[in-house]
Amino acid sequence: MSKFLKVIAGAALLSATSAHAEMGLGREATPEEVAAWDIDIRPDGMGLPVGSGDVYTGEELWLENCSVCHGDFAEGTGRWPVLAGGFGTLEGDRPVKTVGSYWPYLSTVYDYIYRAMPFGNAQSLSHDDVYALTAYLLYSNDLVDDEFELSNENFTDVEMPNAPNFFMDDRMETEFPLFTVEACMEGCKDNVEITARAAVIDVTPDAAGGDLEGGGEAPAAAEEAPAEEAPVVEEAVVEEPAALDMALVAEGEKNFRQCKSCHQVGEGAKNRTGPVLNGIVGATAGMVDGFRYSGDMADAGAGGLVWTPEELTAFLADPKGYMSGTKMTFRGVRDEEDIAGIIEYLKSFAE
Amino acid sequence: MIDQFKGMKPSRRAFLRGAAATGVAAVGTKAAAEGEAAILEKQPWSQFLGKGVDEAPYGMPSAFEADVTRKTVPWLTAESISSINFTPLHELDGIITPNGLCFERHHGGTAEIDPAEHRIMINGLVDRELVFTMEDLMRFPRENHVYFLECAANSGMEWRGAQLNGCQFTHGMIHNVMYTGVPLRLLLEEAGVKTEGKWLLAEGADAAGMTRSIPMEKALDDCLVAFKMNGEALRPEQGYPVRLVVPGWEGNMWIKWLRRLEVGDQPWHHREETSKYTDLLGDGQARRFTWEMDAKSVITSPSPQKPITHGKGPLVITGVAWSGRGMIPRVDVSIDGGATWAEARMSGPSMDKSMHRFYYQIDWDGSPLLLQSRAHDSTGYVQPTKNQLREVRGLNSIYHNNGIQTWAVNSDGVAENVEVS
Repeated sequence: MSKFLKVIAGAALLSATSAHAEMGLGREATPEEVAAWDIDIRPDGMGLPVGSGDVYTGEELWLENCSVCHGDFAEGTGRWPVLAGGFGTLEGDRPVKTVGSYWPYLSTVYDYIYRAMPFGNAQSLSHDDVYALTAYLLYSNDLVDDEFELSNENFTDVEMPNAPNFFMDDRMETEFPLFTVEACMEGCKDNVEITARAAVIDVTPDAAGGDLEGGGEAPAAAEEAPAEEAPVVEEAVVEEPAALDMALVAEGEKNFRQCKSCHQVGEGAKNRTGPVLNGIVGATAGMVDGFRYSGDMADAGAGGLVWTPEELTAFLADPKGYMSGTKMTFRGVRDEEDIAGIIEYLKSFAE
Repeated sequence: MIDQFKGMKPSRRAFLRGAAATGVAAVGTKAAAEGEAAILEKQPWSQFLGKGVDEAPYGMPSAFEADVTRKTVPWLTAESISSINFTPLHELDGIITPNGLCFERHHGGTAEIDPAEHRIMINGLVDRELVFTMEDLMRFPRENHVYFLECAANSGMEWRGAQLNGCQFTHGMIHNVMYTGVPLRLLLEEAGVKTEGKWLLAEGADAAGMTRSIPMEKALDDCLVAFKMNGEALRPEQGYPVRLVVPGWEGNMWIKWLRRLEVGDQPWHHREETSKYTDLLGDGQARRFTWEMDAKSVITSPSPQKPITHGKGPLVITGVAWSGRGMIPRVDVSIDGGATWAEARMSGPSMDKSMHRFYYQIDWDGSPLLLQSRAHDSTGYVQPTKNQLREVRGLNSIYHNNGIQTWAVNSDGVAENVEVS
């Protein structure tokens, strides 16, 4: 479009571009393609599929798919998001921003669960599942009773308590005038005192410069970093080189990436969403210290289940199929060679 | 070999120690020689042949720069997939961020996409719902622009007071690169936006299905659908094969792995624009759609990870400044905690919504410094102090902290993150 045309059509352009002669690139999307990708939901209900789910069903699904990170009652575990409670905290020192206390629209809950949850297995839930989970979140926030059923029919009737407390960015009105005054250049303060020091709080990662106290000469901490960043696996592998297929270990390290959101392995590993996996190959199931296993996993361990490579292979291929009650909400690894790599990689970490 | 820090000239003290040591070592070969080993002794790299071409088909930095990397702060997030790391601003100069050092922020990990399998769909309130391949995209007219991308949460850990020692951690959720891409307007024109189409939903192909609502005025103004950064393909962690560029606006709107653009008549209010990326004020109310990044600056050297190692005398103070509303014609520097200010020297290209570089040269007498920088943008906005921001917003805002940063430098040259009265 020429500049001349742009000037004339300027105002119209802001609302419509259809007057422009197109270049003929791309192709028309089929209705099936649009339906496959257009999963978004809006506060006015646009995009809501036909379906329903109640609190009771939601609770079952929650315990199976969500509680491992968000807690049985949506109270959150570790640093994973707290999704229930927090009412009356928004003005305090530590606001707890949950679905109940903060989120302005229920459609956001539905949209996000359907598009991105469970973490690591997105878009695996049915629409009825998502209605049920959304209903459970309303229940866990005391916004509905335990008999409640949510559906596309009553969805937009639900009003979220904090909706009125959001307003459009007003910085241009409230801040811009304050911060466009002429800047002081001299005699701006009578005296200057240090009022806070990061060193007192001491939460900077060590490799970054925690050790700068010792004098101005050596950026010692910066030099430590490469050692810190050396992959843990190399160390461990050196200890037990004989039994391991190194190429397979390396392959397994890559594939283990999908496990890392929940499991730690190596020196200093801790229980996170899932248990520490040091020494897991050959260990009795359900026995890692300090980890709260599902009843099924604990029972299996008590019954003598040992994580031989064969058992691990079956478990990793289809966790829920292998043990329906496991807390491990993971879709499983399809390729047997990938599983073999992961097991070989895990073997490289002795207890 | 004398004591020498990676990439730094030796201090005078180290030089004297080195000279003394060399004197001893050199006895017998060149008794009268006086000077530095670096000059008097043959260095292996001057004597023996180096590596030939193609040893590294994709070139990497010197081994002496091995510590110049992105770094994370593990305690910030539950795990490393939906997490963030930081650009090492203290090690960089000029205004361009090298691709491998651009900070990462993912909500569902890095999607690894075969460009041949990637599609971009436009649907909703348009005349024609369209699908483009990457090849289609490459046939539209392209533009090149340098823009900064700053996460809305940059400096967010500092709302309650100085917390992290290093400008990498306090200010490193930013990068500045040259993008090559197609104006988003051209793609929307191809589909034909209906008159009631006032909003655009941009969606990523990653496991977070990242989405943000963007007003149509911005979409038709300066947004790009970009496939190159600094001349080469986007890095996977920056959205390969294609990402949205939303100049001057908060980073999470720059949808990576862009796969869909939906035109609508109202915003979607999705997770990343309601539950997150809304600014909670002291009275419990929250601002939404705080898109623009306010003018901001930081001194990158000296800083906690970049202490003064050369002692008294000439000292280069340098840093970067940027504004989501335009250019940075001026930055002021204070060495006394904000009592007295002087204009710094701007150097390098000055571009709209791009990072700017400033320098301030002093003759350091070895006395403690309280270093601050203050950006002025082309709209007349002057970067506020952190306390000025707290007066307006309280302590719970998390996002959009553009307050003035203070580094306390002691007489040894060690720098520390502090706040001052």
